[in-house]
Amino acid sequence: MNTRAVRAVVRKDLRIALRNKGVVLPIIIVPLIMMIVMPAVMIFLPFYLEPMDAGEELRQEMGAFFANMPAELSVLFAGLNDQQAWLMLSSMFMFAPFFLIIPLMVSSVIGADSFAGEKERKTLEALLYTPITTAELFIGKVLAAFLPAITVSWVCFVLYSVVVNIGGVMVLGRIFFPNLAWLVLILWVVPAAAALGIGFIVLVSAKAKSFQDAYQISGLVVIPIILLLFGQMGGVLYFSTPTVALIGLVIWVLDVVLLTIAVRTFGRGEIIARL
Amino acid sequence: MPEWVIETRRLTRHFGALVAVHDVNLQIARGEVFGFLGPNGAGKTTTVRLLNGVLNPTAGEIRVLGLDPISQGPAVRRRTGVLTESPALYEPLSARDNLFLFGELYDVPPDVLRRRVEELLAMFELSARADDKVASYSKGMKQRLALARALIHAPDILFLDEPTAGLDPEAARQVTELIEHLSQEERRTIFLCTHNLVEAERLCDRVGVINRGELIAVGTPEELAQRIWHGHGISVRLGRPLSAEAVASLVRVEGVAQVEVDDTELHILLDEEGRTPAVVRALVEAGAEIYAVKPREHSLEDIYFQLQADARGGST
Ligand SMILES: Nc1ncnc2c1ncn2[C@@H]1O[C@H](COP(=O)(O)OP(=O)(O)OP(=O)(O)O)[C@@H](O)[C@H]1O
Ligand SMILES: [Mg+2]
Repeated sequence: MNTRAVRAVVRKDLRIALRNKGVVLPIIIVPLIMMIVMPAVMIFLPFYLEPMDAGEELRQEMGAFFANMPAELSVLFAGLNDQQAWLMLSSMFMFAPFFLIIPLMVSSVIGADSFAGEKERKTLEALLYTPITTAELFIGKVLAAFLPAITVSWVCFVLYSVVVNIGGVMVLGRIFFPNLAWLVLILWVVPAAAALGIGFIVLVSAKAKSFQDAYQISGLVVIPIILLLFGQMGGVLYFSTPTVALIGLVIWVLDVVLLTIAVRTFGRGEIIARL
Repeated sequence: MPEWVIETRRLTRHFGALVAVHDVNLQIARGEVFGFLGPNGAGKTTTVRLLNGVLNPTAGEIRVLGLDPISQGPAVRRRTGVLTESPALYEPLSARDNLFLFGELYDVPPDVLRRRVEELLAMFELSARADDKVASYSKGMKQRLALARALIHAPDILFLDEPTAGLDPEAARQVTELIEHLSQEERRTIFLCTHNLVEAERLCDRVGVINRGELIAVGTPEELAQRIWHGHGISVRLGRPLSAEAVASLVRVEGVAQVEVDDTELHILLDEEGRTPAVVRALVEAGAEIYAVKPREHSLEDIYFQLQADARGGST
């Protein structure tokens, strides 16, 4: 493995992708909204409503949620008043799926530029005439999408923790976030989700003619499917540590399958035939 | 015996039912400029891809620098440089970044690479704009940069796929002169795909003509002319036109196949070069005033079109 060539590919793909507005805008705006604006509004909203009339509906929903909650989790809510319970509920459960969407989104947008975009710009052929193996080229391109996806997700996580803990200090009088399940989510599930986005985009890019094409197919088809699958997670899973670990495992298995198929589309002859 | 740096035996590549390259046998010596001529879709680019192990052949054998591109692709590509049909440069990056990137992909040692990049930028007159985005370059500058990129690792063999296509005459001449320099000063082996016959005539030691995947002729332009017109042509320039009897007597000289008269210019086709003295003697005896006798030269263009016409005649 020629790591110098791999690093050169990563650096080049990133520099080029980050000069594409179609890549940079979603990477900045989507996490900003999902991780800072939404949590801030959701968590702080109840403070600004008249205490009890807004509470009615909220309490009903919370009631349904609590009724189905496994015993181990109800510990979290023991002895909390409504406001405190709301903070706990929203911060611990509602935003978890976003930490699947963000790595998926970032990796597939950058991947679309690096796989389909490079094909569209017709620069791939010159790469194929260098000694780099297609495995090295593939790894370079995968890392170029994977590393920023994780970085962005982790930065989001840090910001999210700050926002949530400000609420914690105000309502609970302490810093309460993250717990173990969240750490597993961030360290184990986030990378798996990033890889999933890449696996999809490589397959899509083999067919797509341009960055826009690949981006749209993945945006319109792939992301909604994933949302359907995982959007339910916060409510259904009650977010216990083993379940989170299990979800991570399922996604990783999916990754291996997808990337194995994807790498088959990435032989020299196959790429040349599609140029 | 010359050292063949490229050799193919019955090289063949199909795309489905289409035969892009058919039974091609090539031998190219170190240091020569080999022109690969053929119309659109003849199979030139496909051949370059096969020779570099970017595409696998359907049948046949290849040796490039003694290596097999099918099983030793990276080793072959480490020693070949390719100027692709479209320049395939990274437009948002600068010339210098483009060169460094490819230097790293070819694993040129860092200190050698730094020197090499500056050398090439200077040689291709890009130093002043080396840090500007390639997107802002003219077509000619892009082509020079693409050529510099193909040379970043000092390859033994340089493949040039239509290096002057789409350039204005000035830019095209610049590129042609650079290629001439690479061949004459640096003694590089060059495999030049082109349909620009004037350029090929100027640059190439030998040419191969390919049509619909088949190599229909290989040799120096002189050899090809000889093969086509079956003999040796001479042109004689005279002080005054020759009489009809004199022309008739000339035709009777042994070995003269054909005589064409164009006022004071005679074009005579001989079965071999050795007949020339006898022809000159006959002319003197017939009272001709001879100003000059020279071997008749066929332009590569004449040769090329004759070959294509023969190929069409042969296949239909
Ligand atoms: N990947 C491919 N799939 C199917 N057909 C192909 C492929 N690559 C080339 N061909 C076909 O093979 C034939 C030879 O193509 P090639 O590109 O080698 O020609 P060329 O001599 O380089 O032509 P040009 O002067 O137009 O560049 C053409 O008919 C082309 O359509
Ligand atoms: Mg071509």
